[in-house]
Amino acid sequence: MLLTATITTTIIIAGTFIYLRYFAKKRLIISTTTSLDETGLLGEIKKAFEEKCPITLNFIPVGTGIAIEQAKRGEMDLTLVHSPTLEKTFLEQGYGVCRKIIAYNFFTIIGPKEDPAGIGQLNVTEALKRIVEYGRTQTRKVWISRGDNSGTHQKEQNLWKIAGYNYTLLSKETWYEGGGGKMGDTLFKAEEFSAYALSDTGTYLKYFKDNRISLQALITEEKVLLNVYSVIAVNPMRYPDINFNDTITFMRFLISNETQQLIENYGKSDYGRSLFYAAVEPLKQNSPQPIVQWIKDYAYFNESECPQEHRCGQEDLYD
Amino acid sequence: MEMLDDILKAFQLIIQSDQRILEITLRSLFVSGVATFFAILWGIPIALFLGTRNFRGKFVIKSFFNTMIGIPTVALGLILFLIFSKAGPLGLFRLLYSPGAIIIGETILILPIIVSFATTAIESVDPEIMNLAKTLGASEDQALFAVLKEALDGIVVAGIASFNRAIAELGIALIVGGNIAGWTEVLTTAISNETAKGNIELSIALGIILLLLVFGITLASLAINTLRRRRK
Repeated sequence: MLLTATITTTIIIAGTFIYLRYFAKKRLIISTTTSLDETGLLGEIKKAFEEKCPITLNFIPVGTGIAIEQAKRGEMDLTLVHSPTLEKTFLEQGYGVCRKIIAYNFFTIIGPKEDPAGIGQLNVTEALKRIVEYGRTQTRKVWISRGDNSGTHQKEQNLWKIAGYNYTLLSKETWYEGGGGKMGDTLFKAEEFSAYALSDTGTYLKYFKDNRISLQALITEEKVLLNVYSVIAVNPMRYPDINFNDTITFMRFLISNETQQLIENYGKSDYGRSLFYAAVEPLKQNSPQPIVQWIKDYAYFNESECPQEHRCGQEDLYD
Repeated sequence: MEMLDDILKAFQLIIQSDQRILEITLRSLFVSGVATFFAILWGIPIALFLGTRNFRGKFVIKSFFNTMIGIPTVALGLILFLIFSKAGPLGLFRLLYSPGAIIIGETILILPIIVSFATTAIESVDPEIMNLAKTLGASEDQALFAVLKEALDGIVVAGIASFNRAIAELGIALIVGGNIAGWTEVLTTAISNETAKGNIELSIALGIILLLLVFGITLASLAINTLRRRRK
């Protein structure tokens, strides 16, 4: 009987492998930041791309930290992320190639309508100081952090640093909650605790307009709150078995005029404004200012979105 | 009220048999079904061996399977993640983030359930049946088959319990499956992810389906077992 079990298992496994290798459609595995997925934008992009090309897109929504980590291990063909600091290391260590900035929006500090810490109308640094002061007088949770090394979490740590705090010490204080999770989970927790949090505008708007949360966006559109999304391929020299050709096809699709239009218009009819702004054309035209300059200051490495040595010969992506 | 509204919308989605819901449900049934199939395929011979023979170390093996019943799915998921990832021992098969990885994980998860339950069921069959079958001229395999037939009730229960554990687990499917839409998204991972996305109606709809499947299959199998017993 064990013999029968062995033979059956072998036949089924061999059959599956042969099917996957020779008959199944080509796939791209893409790790992606949660904000792009949770707003539903990636769903639209997937639909549009798969109508055009016989390639299936498989998105794995995780925080930017893990997204890059998985790409480094060669589990992914490419990755969609929003943390220039992590991206820079990813390129410089030779794991990532062909970076393209595809979209931007702004982070926003959200909080309860009553705004007990009184941060409305302040700049980010002042606002964070107020939140800390207020938090220290409270016994409850006043700030909810993603706490997952995602792009948003990276940004948050950066903002605390700019405001003059030691993040490691700060995150241990009782009013600080470091276990928010994904963007959506964090918003729900902030809503339950009537707390403040840092969110990307796209996810916040979607949840707010869908009546899932009543928190207000208290501070928006400041230079330090800029949020830039990039796409980066995994280096085919390092992992020869990844699907690099199709990756480039998908990248060309992402930066094409049509897709950039799709990104810019996504959510406009439902939410009254764009959740994401297209970045390719503005960077080419060098307008609107000062936003383009902000993007360059924040997300360019050596005055380029992808320095020559990391372009892997795909110069046409950078015309 | 928002909650009632959400539940109503969820039922609407189910009635309209929304294509995404259908796809996720079928994938869930397929993945857990195949896992249960493999677990039974391997579990029954092991259980027959353990249940009809006496040998040194039998107690250790039985205890091992009994203990493994309680393994936390996230722990198993993590172990498999390390094994399947590129740097891991089975990395070259590129199993990570595929339905195959979930099937293997769930098979390992539920194999101990089948083995333990089925062994107990087989052990409680009168040993004379095997001897009787042999005296009547049955071969070894035929005699084992006779024992199996007597223990069928217990084995069916084991199969159902395994299937339910497989379809209801989240840890393995999330860690080694990655919840990829249209590829490895199953009921539990979709519920978790769609709740985080704020698609509460969809989550509720998937939750209702999951509950109906688990309850429905259990009830149906119990009914069949009762009917069979009555006929005897």
